[in-house]
Amino acid sequence: MSDNGCGFPAPGLNSFLFKPLFTVGGFEFNKVMLLALVTTLLIVVFFSAAFGKAKVVPGKLQMVGEAGYDFVRRGIVYETLGKREGEKWVPLMVSLFFFVWLMNVWSVIPLAQFPVSSVIAFPMVLAAIVYITWVALTFKKHGFVGFFKNVTGYDKSLGAVLPLVMVIEFFSNLLVRPFTHAVRLFANMFAGHLMLVMFTVASWYLLNSWLVVGAGVSFVMTIAMILFELFVQAVQAYVFVLLACSYIQGALAEHH
Amino acid sequence: MIANLAQLAAEETKQNPLVPAGPELLIGTIAFAIVFFFFWKKLLPNINKVLEERRAAIEGGIEEADAMKVEAQSVLEQYKAQLAEARHEAARLRQEAQEQGAALIAEMRAEGQRQREEIVTAGHSQIEADRKAAASALRQDVGKLATDLAGKLVGESLEDHARQSRVIDRFLDELEEKAEATR
Repeated sequence: MSDNGCGFPAPGLNSFLFKPLFTVGGFEFNKVMLLALVTTLLIVVFFSAAFGKAKVVPGKLQMVGEAGYDFVRRGIVYETLGKREGEKWVPLMVSLFFFVWLMNVWSVIPLAQFPVSSVIAFPMVLAAIVYITWVALTFKKHGFVGFFKNVTGYDKSLGAVLPLVMVIEFFSNLLVRPFTHAVRLFANMFAGHLMLVMFTVASWYLLNSWLVVGAGVSFVMTIAMILFELFVQAVQAYVFVLLACSYIQGALAEHH
Repeated sequence: MIANLAQLAAEETKQNPLVPAGPELLIGTIAFAIVFFFFWKKLLPNINKVLEERRAAIEGGIEEADAMKVEAQSVLEQYKAQLAEARHEAARLRQEAQEQGAALIAEMRAEGQRQREEIVTAGHSQIEADRKAAASALRQDVGKLATDLAGKLVGESLEDHARQSRVIDRFLDELEEKAEATR
């Protein structure tokens, strides 16, 4: 905690540093990694329970699982890619959605209280998977020349502006896109976590100062921010998968 | 706040939130890979099969219901047709019965008329016969009485003579003719 004069321990990057829980041969295992693995465990356990012995007439757990599955499958994949093309992308998108969402939700779970996706490595891995898939698919679908036409938005009707458009599109699609894809999720969760920590710490700090009323306000803000974060977590998971789908759709699209 | 962050960043120059740590990349990849393979190989094929079965069951149910509806419709049509036919038949029978009844009545009336006429005719001829018999008997009685009376009056029997001359008969015929004339 830093001291900037008034004694308020303002939360900062230090909130995103964790001491290793244990170290195995130089490999430092920390809380974030643990949460990531618990995320995987929870998803696998829940959906195994829900879909492992799926029945035509579903039980309660299966119904909940189906609702989530259907939301991603119909609400995102079929909407963007269509039923025929979209079907084989469903497993990837379903995995992405629940993995990202649960990583985000850790933000408000007591004891955990840290969104895994606010550590850049995790969004980056997922964005990279989508990026590699997209590049490979575009190559496979359009060939070498077709790939460059696809990513540069080649369109003869643009005339003299075409070279400029091609440079911008190339830059935007191939270089900026994976970065923004990862950072969008990361930054949202990062900022959200910072806000939550800020109001939580402030509540405590003000309670022990002369401005007790401020503690109440800050506490109410903490609750409000938790609710808001719950919303943002779901939205960010949705957006991440929606973007992944729209990238795949771009790869599948024919030339103009 | 921003100043704080800048200050903190300056203090912790080693920590850049946009630079991923190798171990975290590794753990992230493993964590996601497990989720993906579970969904891809096991759980989603599982649930898709069930969803497909459910869809088939629902569609099967709908088809069955449709078939039953069609059958019910055809049965209803059949029933209505039979009902109409029965009504028609009943109307026909009623009509026939009426016609038959009318014919029967007419026949019976004709028969009654005939029998009445027969009876009347028979009565007439009987009366005529009786009248003739009575008239002839009366004539004989009156003749006999008259001759008896005349014999008694004259004092002698005129029987034989009267019988021979048929005076009485002639007299009576004259009387009859007079009666006929005056009638």
